Amino acid sequence: MSQPPDPRPSSPGDLFVTFTLLALQGFGGVLAVAQRELCERKRWLTHEQFVEVMSIAQVLPGPNVVNVSLMVGDRYFGWRGASAALAGMMTVPLVIVLGVAATYVHFAQVPMVAGALRGMGAVAGGLIIGTALRLAGALRGSPLGTWATLGLGATAFVAVALLRWPLVWVLLALGGLGMAVARHRIRHSGPTGGAAP
Amino acid sequence: MTLAQVLPLFGHFLLLSMLAIGGAIVVAPEMHRLMVGQMHLLTDAQFTSSIAIAQASPGPNVLFVAVLGYQAAGLPGAALTLAGIMLPSTMIAVAAARWADVHRDRLAIRAFKAGTAPITISLLAATGWILTAEHPTAPVIALTAAAALLAWRTRINVLWLIGIGGLLGAVGAV
Repeated sequence: MSQPPDPRPSSPGDLFVTFTLLALQGFGGVLAVAQRELCERKRWLTHEQFVEVMSIAQVLPGPNVVNVSLMVGDRYFGWRGASAALAGMMTVPLVIVLGVAATYVHFAQVPMVAGALRGMGAVAGGLIIGTALRLAGALRGSPLGTWATLGLGATAFVAVALLRWPLVWVLLALGGLGMAVARHRIRHSGPTGGAAP
Repeated sequence: MTLAQVLPLFGHFLLLSMLAIGGAIVVAPEMHRLMVGQMHLLTDAQFTSSIAIAQASPGPNVLFVAVLGYQAAGLPGAALTLAGIMLPSTMIAVAAARWADVHRDRLAIRAFKAGTAPITISLLAATGWILTAEHPTAPVIALTAAAALLAWRTRINVLWLIGIGGLLGAVGAV
């Protein structure tokens, strides 16, 4: 699981097409689809690498999934790759969303449309939760150890999902705590990083 | 609305881009204050519908920013707001990713990746939870749970799940 996957994009054009196709499957958020396409289908990233890229993407300004596309593109082809991945993520969806915006006024009041959107929204929420469950496997063997991993994860969920605390403060407080614990554990377990107890 | 009237928006959006940690939706209240309250470029309903339109369309949700610009000043407006919200964050993301890659063996970077990984995954689950909690009825929760289980345990194409969800919603089952 932790060895790097061999496959890689063949060209910036490959990145553009891949990110266009995955963006077009993403209703109500693209991250769930991005994880499936990049890790399971293309195998450009392991679960661990995907979580790492996400961790960096979410503390930076900008949409997480857009940052992920930039970082993946940049990793293989520098600025050309980052631009190709970004263009793939945005261009065709932009045309579609503006088309929808231009016709929306005629459909907004139709109950069937509102119902369909509600159903699609429920599935989109489920897809994201399923992606989180899938990625949770990548935490095995983390230098944090089992208890710190569970504690940080559960606290973050309660703070953001249930208490609706602002994301920035949760990230700063819990991220800082997680970093301190991880730093301590890595230091005291040698250069290869510790395994879970 | 003319482009000259929306041009000052560009500078504001460049600034908001750098503050949008967690996505453009985080700074939506500030966009609302600017475009609806201060500059009177959009009505409240237009603003809300922009977010709904982006969520119902494929692609990243940040495209709601383009819809805001479109509703205010047509295609040039869309280009203006989208470029404003994307340019700074794009530069920062690539620069930061490269920096982290060069220094990946540093203790601080390793500690950052290991220390934030469980939080990253929890925040993903929280996002899914919040989407579901908008309409917390039994059928919606059941549909969400089923989709989560299938996404977790199978490799079923997500478009099928989205399609089934849309169909169930259209016939009034959820």
